[in-house]
Amino acid sequence: MFYREAGEFKTSYRADQQTFPIGLDKLGFYTSLLIAFVVIPLTMSEYWAQAVFLPFLIFGIAAIGLNILTGYCGQVSLGSGGFMAVGAYACYKLMTAFPDMNILICVLLSGGVTAFVGLIFGLPSLRIKGFYLAVATLAAQFFLVWLFNKVGWFYNYSASGQITAPERTLFGYVITGAKAETLPIYFVCLGLLVFLAVIARNLTRGAMGRKWMAIRDMDIAAEIIGVNPLMAKLTAFAISSFYVGISGALLFALYLGAVEVGEAFSIQKSFLILFMIIIGGLGSIFGSLVGAAFMIAMPVILKNLLVTSLGWPGDIAAHLEFMIVGLMIIVFLILEPHGLAMLWRIIKEKLRIWPFSH
Amino acid sequence: MSMQSAQSAQGYVTADGRKIGGPVMEMENITLRFGGVTAIQDISFDILEGEIRAIIGPNGAGKSSMLNVINGFYHPQEGRILYHGEERKPLKPYQIAYQGIARTFQNIALFKGMTTLDNIMTGRLTHMKTNLLSQALWWGRAEKEEVENREIVEKIIDFLEIQTIRKTPVGRLPYGLQKRVELGRALAAEPSLLLLDEPMAGMNVEEKEDMSRFILDVNDEFGTTIALIEHDMGVVMDIADRVVVMDYGKKIGDGTPAEVRSNQAVIDAYLGVSHD
Repeated sequence: MFYREAGEFKTSYRADQQTFPIGLDKLGFYTSLLIAFVVIPLTMSEYWAQAVFLPFLIFGIAAIGLNILTGYCGQVSLGSGGFMAVGAYACYKLMTAFPDMNILICVLLSGGVTAFVGLIFGLPSLRIKGFYLAVATLAAQFFLVWLFNKVGWFYNYSASGQITAPERTLFGYVITGAKAETLPIYFVCLGLLVFLAVIARNLTRGAMGRKWMAIRDMDIAAEIIGVNPLMAKLTAFAISSFYVGISGALLFALYLGAVEVGEAFSIQKSFLILFMIIIGGLGSIFGSLVGAAFMIAMPVILKNLLVTSLGWPGDIAAHLEFMIVGLMIIVFLILEPHGLAMLWRIIKEKLRIWPFSH
Repeated sequence: MSMQSAQSAQGYVTADGRKIGGPVMEMENITLRFGGVTAIQDISFDILEGEIRAIIGPNGAGKSSMLNVINGFYHPQEGRILYHGEERKPLKPYQIAYQGIARTFQNIALFKGMTTLDNIMTGRLTHMKTNLLSQALWWGRAEKEEVENREIVEKIIDFLEIQTIRKTPVGRLPYGLQKRVELGRALAAEPSLLLLDEPMAGMNVEEKEDMSRFILDVNDEFGTTIALIEHDMGVVMDIADRVVVMDYGKKIGDGTPAEVRSNQAVIDAYLGVSHD
């Protein structure tokens, strides 16, 4: 009743093709931006920033990236963890090789390097599909982690085998290294996430997005109407890896500070990002963010509930947490296989006619 | 018979007064083999500009293979294909789309997760040339091109009378409408040759009538050259200007519907005779 398109008359195709055609949606978008940029920074504590908000922003970027590849273009990838590692190590090498380079440029260039690596690992997608492609990308995951462990050049031959982010500032604020402040990091990550989400939305609603979805839904028909499958798949791999690489660079340089590749970018990260987009909704930018929020926030909230509120022992709570999160994933997938984004769409459709049934 | 003699390479005039031009596509001695099986054997025919050309034949006659040859899915072992008078090199299917050949499929091949509008917009891809950066920023040419192509797509949506399902995912549409959307997607490419693979398959009489009308209107209003495969003889005889009849990979008849209908080889193929 309150949420509806009635009374909103579009008089041009331009107006009809915008991201939020319904006024209330637009309002919701600006409200959430306001909350993200003003309310949360004013109120968040150090604990919540470190445990929820920063990981959410960083993995949100990775989830959008993987959703471009898997949700829009239909190419399953289990290599996200490996591609995040590429972003992280590229960022480390750039930061140490060019100490004067702006950290933002480092991060974006790391995305570029990852895009190139993703392009190469995307080549098999022309021949193999579905589960087999997933296995091929799994090879990328293990190979990349092995490579960064094995070849000393990547970690500048440090004794521990770890990479550690040197101190860098942006507009006078320290955002990497030991003295980094949380609030500037939050704004950098948030800014990048919003920027990259808007770009992803633009790409997916235009000609490029239609090419990807055509390949996903019916590759033979896509080819018949003029989609070059090689180009479409490789651009999806490159752009997806660009996002995942930026996410990896941010995770390393801004969030963790020091990284051991086998631990930070293991296969579990690949699964984590894949779960985010499956739960959030394949083929939806909004869904990527909801899924990321769910997968990041749910364990933290559960832990707080069980340990802090109910006073359970930490180890039991930790194990229960796994079980509950796993159970919730199963329940969600049974109730709504198309993810939270679809659930949201259904709620909106119901809201349009509420309180009437037709 | 006078029509037959008039239909030289330079075209002819149909009974209802449409002018048929020179050849769009000429198939010369096409032979296609899969291993030991010869799917198409030494077939030659042409498709003239502005006409509706039907390819008919019993099951397994090689009609779909023929369409796939025209379309670039299969490359014949022997023979030449001339497109607009020039010999066509073996091309990939997506390159053939850029040459102005569009098609529909026997089993609907729509993009099920996309809306009707997006499906038909994909038909415009060969006309959209904005670079990736402009698309990413939705700035300048990208938006302009999007709106321009939307206008063309909306004309097709009006023409096919599917305005109400514009924003419905095609997976939810009934069969007949899906067929119509698929035709729309092929039309959006503004093809110079439109291939239809059994456009009436699985339809009821009313849907067939609708589809026949759309095919005739497309041909009439846009002057699109159409080559179609169809099983429903009544429909073919009504809407086609000329008919190629195939059986066991060979061409057994070629001419106007009236000529084909009185051709003894065609009657034998359809009614069955003892092969001695």
